[in-house]
Amino acid sequence: MKDLGPLIPRNRDAHPPAYTPDYKTSVTRSPKWTLLSMESTPSEETGPRFGHSILGEWDNNMIMNFTKGKAPAVGERILVHGRVLDENNRPVPHTLIEAWQANAGGRYRHKKDTYFAPLDPNFGGCGRTITDENGYYEFLTIRPGAYPWPNRANDWRPMHIHFSIFGTGFGQRLITQMYFEGDPLINLCPIVKTVQSRGQIEGLVAPLDMSKARGMDFLAYKFDIVLRGRRQTMFENKLEGM
Amino acid sequence: MVQKLDTLVETASQTAGPYVHIGCMPTYAGIGGIYETEIGESPISDGAKGEIIEITGEVIDGTGWALRDAMLESWQPDAAGIFPGAEGADPAVNGFCRFAADFESGKFTLRTVKPGTYKGRGGVVQAPHISLWVVSRGINTGLQTRIYFEDEDNSNDPLLNRIEQRPRADTLIAKKTAEGKYTFNVVLQGDKETVFLDL
Repeated sequence: MKDLGPLIPRNRDAHPPAYTPDYKTSVTRSPKWTLLSMESTPSEETGPRFGHSILGEWDNNMIMNFTKGKAPAVGERILVHGRVLDENNRPVPHTLIEAWQANAGGRYRHKKDTYFAPLDPNFGGCGRTITDENGYYEFLTIRPGAYPWPNRANDWRPMHIHFSIFGTGFGQRLITQMYFEGDPLINLCPIVKTVQSRGQIEGLVAPLDMSKARGMDFLAYKFDIVLRGRRQTMFENKLEGM
Repeated sequence: MVQKLDTLVETASQTAGPYVHIGCMPTYAGIGGIYETEIGESPISDGAKGEIIEITGEVIDGTGWALRDAMLESWQPDAAGIFPGAEGADPAVNGFCRFAADFESGKFTLRTVKPGTYKGRGGVVQAPHISLWVVSRGINTGLQTRIYFEDEDNSNDPLLNRIEQRPRADTLIAKKTAEGKYTFNVVLQGDKETVFLDL
């Protein structure tokens, strides 16, 4: 297999620390000792690849995929689109993106969600797609509702969509959340605020994008995602001992 | 002022949350059928060469409680140490698996083929291991670690040998309980905290 080069060491300042006591669950789930840092190896530089053959007709359409096209979900119809890039500002083509979210009332279709907002019989809450050769992706969904959650006595999650992205190496694996421009709950959310840098938080907020919105149909939001890159210098990939 | 770099900053991680199964393991979340093909159901298919093994364990928090909502992913080469997609790789090994801590018991199970050794950059031999990635509610950035095996020669593994406090290396080594059976717990916090990786 072609050696694509070692991964650029993760900039840990770009990510939340493990221990963030305002997000209470992190307190007992945060490692206290330091991570063991080394240069990446093939275990991190390679990873699973998924082709278009796994995708079904409705996978990229959360409005319709739960009913296989029979009936649309309730909610404000939106297109979410963007591009997956790496730290070297190069597109990441043909990579799987998975998304999941609450329904328009802020309720998840999950056995552990007991919030009394009703389930939507036409909404499942997951979708997936694969980036094109230039790293672009898009899917249709409904705007998820904000919802209260058990943390401090009156904490609410801003409207958000969970994203899982693969890249080309297992060491690039990333799960994150997309928020919506203008949502006043973003600045109150202890999970958002696990990210220490204001700029990095802004990187999670998708702007309204009227250039992709379709009249009498859907609004659009743009969410670009940056994965770890690979170090590529003329000194890489030399023969042993050089 | 200096010149501007052309590089970007990686998107910030956010917790996978308690409902990660909806997006990643819909059948497990109770909404099976939404996708025709789910990914990561098994790292091997029939006819995989090598020893078929089963690794069971728990993800344990700082109070000693096993998480009921964790999701794990594994990635590994085949029994000959060749990664899926590379020339000569076993076509019955796709190398990737997703599995969850049981909602009731907290136990997880990974059934796979035991990986072989491989040579990393510079020809350094890595002892057989499976890469593991753990996410859940309360974990802000997914945790990387590795499963090694107590019945393999781990003495020259470059990663294990980088662990200064030698007893901590044991946190990365699965214990053999029977032929083809191993246990491996991921301890998030406390005296027996697993060595987590930054590779």
